[in-house]
Amino acid sequence: MFWATACAMPPTPTIDRHTAMTEKNLLTVKNLKTLFVMDEGTSTAVDGVSFTVDQGQVVGIVGESGCGKSVTIKSILRIIQKPGQVVGGEILFRQAGGKNGADGEVIDLAKLDGRGKEMRAIRGNQITLIPQEPMAALSPVHTIGNQLIEAVRLHMDVSKVQAAEIAIKRMAEVGMPNPEERMELYSWELSGGLRQRVMIAMALLCNPRLLIADEPTTAIDVTTQAQVLSLLRDLQENHDLAIIFITHDLGVIAQVADDVVVMYLGRVMESGPVDDIFHNPLHPYTKALLASIPSVHGTTRGPLPAIEGAIPHPFNRPTGCPFHPRCASHIPGTCDRRTPVLVAKNDRQSVSCFLQNDAAEED
Amino acid sequence: MLYYIVKRLLILPFLLFVFSVIAFLLIQAPPGDFVTSYVAELAASGSSMDQIQIEALRQLYGLDQPVYVQYFKWITRLLQGDLGISLDFQKPIADLIGQRLLLTVILGLATFFFTFAIALPIGIISATRQYSFFDYFFTVFNYIGVATPTFMTALILMWLAFTELGITITGLFSPEYADQPWSFGRVVDLGKHIWLPMVILGLDGTARLARILRANLLDELNKPYMEMARAKGLSEWRLVLKYPVRLAINPLVSSLGWYLPLIFSGSLIVATVLNLPTIGPLLLRSLIGQDMFLAGAIVLSYFGLAVIGTLISDILLAWLDPRIRMEEASK
Repeated sequence: MFWATACAMPPTPTIDRHTAMTEKNLLTVKNLKTLFVMDEGTSTAVDGVSFTVDQGQVVGIVGESGCGKSVTIKSILRIIQKPGQVVGGEILFRQAGGKNGADGEVIDLAKLDGRGKEMRAIRGNQITLIPQEPMAALSPVHTIGNQLIEAVRLHMDVSKVQAAEIAIKRMAEVGMPNPEERMELYSWELSGGLRQRVMIAMALLCNPRLLIADEPTTAIDVTTQAQVLSLLRDLQENHDLAIIFITHDLGVIAQVADDVVVMYLGRVMESGPVDDIFHNPLHPYTKALLASIPSVHGTTRGPLPAIEGAIPHPFNRPTGCPFHPRCASHIPGTCDRRTPVLVAKNDRQSVSCFLQNDAAEED
Repeated sequence: MLYYIVKRLLILPFLLFVFSVIAFLLIQAPPGDFVTSYVAELAASGSSMDQIQIEALRQLYGLDQPVYVQYFKWITRLLQGDLGISLDFQKPIADLIGQRLLLTVILGLATFFFTFAIALPIGIISATRQYSFFDYFFTVFNYIGVATPTFMTALILMWLAFTELGITITGLFSPEYADQPWSFGRVVDLGKHIWLPMVILGLDGTARLARILRANLLDELNKPYMEMARAKGLSEWRLVLKYPVRLAINPLVSSLGWYLPLIFSGSLIVATVLNLPTIGPLLLRSLIGQDMFLAGAIVLSYFGLAVIGTLISDILLAWLDPRIRMEEASK
């Protein structure tokens, strides 16, 4: 019997852990591909990215500038603007919909029209965004209240007064002093930290299932950063939120994330639980990234180890493994010719590297 | 906001004082004085004035006194509402320009609203559908609009209307209403005639404003607040109209400061070509006839309209943009 044989087979390490969507998975991204087609050439900003976010889990996406992390989350939100477009892959999202917050159907966001009603009903409602620069993300000529009330009324059938009450409640929850008065203010009348609190309040208005934070602490100073991070952590626990947290700061990842996805040039190099990634990095790129973190316990006074070379131009991607030109341990004849794919190395970590699994190759 | 408006209003008397000096210097600019040129004109047409009349005129305008006394006399009469008498028409200047000033303002405002009503949608469509057929079509249309002198457009349209439709499209009124007092019928008649000069005068401004709006909007469309508004789930049209258009319109509103006066004064040639009863043709005639009191009064009224135009644009800007309100209040 077929089933009997299938069950009897030992689990092989090459099984893609992102193929089957289980109950606890909130978002499963499979082979996501996003292109930017321009006159100068085509740039593959996201090239077959796969990862999974479980309910109530914080997943950190980390990588250098230009590695495709922002394009990945914009693709998930389906707000990629021309000349960019999502050309392949699946973005499976488990919707709310059942009563009392029970799960609803799983929907493939990649198949929806990015500007269509269905996607807009999910965006800003079940999946929300905390932007990188709150100052630029808020309109300077509309009051904070106006923009918050708008966000509520897009997804809830409530009056302006009721929407304002919801907004004030959220503002209080994210630690905004005198929320009623702040509603009347403009973005440029608030400090950087308070502005980011407004954005967090805005993201929470409609009780989202998934929060996407795009480098939410980059534009604010270090002390405020710590407050915003602990606020996000508290909110995540109180609301059992799932968060995708984008950053290039590994220190931030270590503080907030459960799982880590390491990206390079539009591809996932390695993914796994934060402890494994930090203590047992498998990919040379992850190792190099970790080595370049300055340590307060460092004994040497020498320069910090930096990764040799620079990120290649997106129109001029290297053949084979995208990291091989900068990789100290690349295998000549293999890494520069064949492209590795992400495979499970053990039951926790996945890695895309010939040094870890020489059977890994894209067809 | 109130403080801002009051502050703007308080500058007005000072501005008008400066402008009145300039207008007066214009009156004084030609060689000789206007009594001399008037006497010369009378002599040329065969009649004459006796010395007592000439002296009486000279004394009335204080021509035997220093310039600042003359200015003082002129401005005093002006403040009392007496603009003086047109030497050419032998009529009080107030009677001559009152009606024409009203029509100038009506035509100017009609042109202004027409311009915005056309330029806004064109600018928005051109920017949101950049490099589309519409964008290229309006780009060509705008270049033609900017490059064609308005009097030329007026001439072509007049010729077309006359040869193709057999109608004369000059003036703002039908002959039966031209010299009548205001009545309901006259207003309707004005409505029937005003659209053509309005379109002709507005084409140039429409093209310019649409280009400005397109450029501003293209800048705004890439701002992060657009992405945020999309991430909220706002539909594309609603977000374009609420955020970037609102921000891109500010430079347009500040352009009112020069655009409104331009509509008022720039219509001189078109108004002459179309024989419109506005103050433009009257200014031309007064300049040719060296009727300097009339010219001065008209120039001063242009200044007045310019000041009002700027004031309107300032108030609109403050109303639209809270940043400007705050900046003013904090000073």
